[in-house]
Amino acid sequence: MTKIIDSGLIKDAVKDLFIKVNTCLRPDILSWLKLARKNETLKKSRYALDVIIKNAFIAKKKMLAICQDTGMAVVYLKVGQSVLVRGDLKKAVSKGVALAYKQGYFRNSIVNDPLIRKNTNSNLPPIIYTDIVPGNKINIKVVAKGFGCENVSKTRMFKPGDPASSIEEFIVNTAKEAGSRPCPPIYIGIGMGGTLDKAVSLSKEAIFRPLNKHNRDKHIAELEKSILKKVNKLKIGPIGAGGNSTAFGVSILTYPTHIAGLPVAINISCHATRTAEITV
Amino acid sequence: MKKISLPLTKDIIKTLKQGEQVLLSGPVLTARDAAHKRFFDAIKSGKKIPVSLKGETIYYVGPTPAKEGEVIGSCGPTTSSRMDAFTPLLLKQGLIGMIGKGERSKEVNRAIKKYGAVYFITIGGAGAYLSEKVKSAKVVAYKDLGPEAIYRLEIKDFPAITEVL
Repeated sequence: MTKIIDSGLIKDAVKDLFIKVNTCLRPDILSWLKLARKNETLKKSRYALDVIIKNAFIAKKKMLAICQDTGMAVVYLKVGQSVLVRGDLKKAVSKGVALAYKQGYFRNSIVNDPLIRKNTNSNLPPIIYTDIVPGNKINIKVVAKGFGCENVSKTRMFKPGDPASSIEEFIVNTAKEAGSRPCPPIYIGIGMGGTLDKAVSLSKEAIFRPLNKHNRDKHIAELEKSILKKVNKLKIGPIGAGGNSTAFGVSILTYPTHIAGLPVAINISCHATRTAEITV
Repeated sequence: MKKISLPLTKDIIKTLKQGEQVLLSGPVLTARDAAHKRFFDAIKSGKKIPVSLKGETIYYVGPTPAKEGEVIGSCGPTTSSRMDAFTPLLLKQGLIGMIGKGERSKEVNRAIKKYGAVYFITIGGAGAYLSEKVKSAKVVAYKDLGPEAIYRLEIKDFPAITEVL
């Protein structure tokens, strides 16, 4: 049955999501950090984890940004095909982003042009992906993506015959080269298959997955576990201080691909991975 | 933890050990990508830059705006390696300390040693925690750069680790 959704509702939902992600650390990540603190043996790494955990509490209590890089706003809309939107959907998303960054005292980190680089002073525009799905609801997923970790992300077009081990090697090496720059402990999002752009898009969507979940395909879940183990053997540790807590998860999303190709994209996300979703 | 008073001097730096945890107190300047590029372009074309870097410590940060009644917003370090191309020239201008996150290039590490300077790392992604270590903040140059403007910060017991010296 057709349902009318007012664009004002979308604006408010987007605003609330961005305020939430920027001030409240994901509970699954916070739990992981506490466990890592307990198990970490190196003094400096324990100290770093202590500060990161304290930081999450201060941010939540004061409604202050977890990290000063409050990111570029990326919004995924899954719009039910039986929904009729009253008003302008994409404008509502932009308004929601602008309001969140103003009311939340978040940093305006967006420049108007990659070369001219003038700050837009509103954190606009966001990046909006829309998808049409069955049903009469709209699912909104947001990520505030910081660039310390975005900058160390990578893509490579593998050949169909390349062994899975070479993909693993590529991912582990990417984490190694990134070192302490992306604010470890990190979440590693991987997109495999599709086209170049599809793989990259999947790699970012992958970081939404809760830490207690794995890919439903057994061979991919095994790959996730194997990569995580290898990355944590790199001993980069929190803020690069060494120890066992370099990454808290590897999340792979796949898509069918072409007979001639095997695109792999890696999206690195920091310990302040800021994702959330709501369905209206 | 060892307490260090800023501004730094070569004598203070001589007492530091690589990997040592310290608490820094005193004045620092903030500067990140856009300000570094302006410094660099100005110096290269023989122009004066709006602040003297002699004996200064630069903290690589672009804070969030301060809420009412607060000194500063969230203010954790940004990735230092993006400043690498500009750093040797700034060290030549008398810059003596840097605070950021992550590894530096070989050239920068060499220049740090050459000029008897120091590079500290602090805790990336702990902007809310670190905001409580900042006692005052005032824009001193490049106001038009917004979050990338140059601030004079007064920090107190600001946690850092000596990374390169």
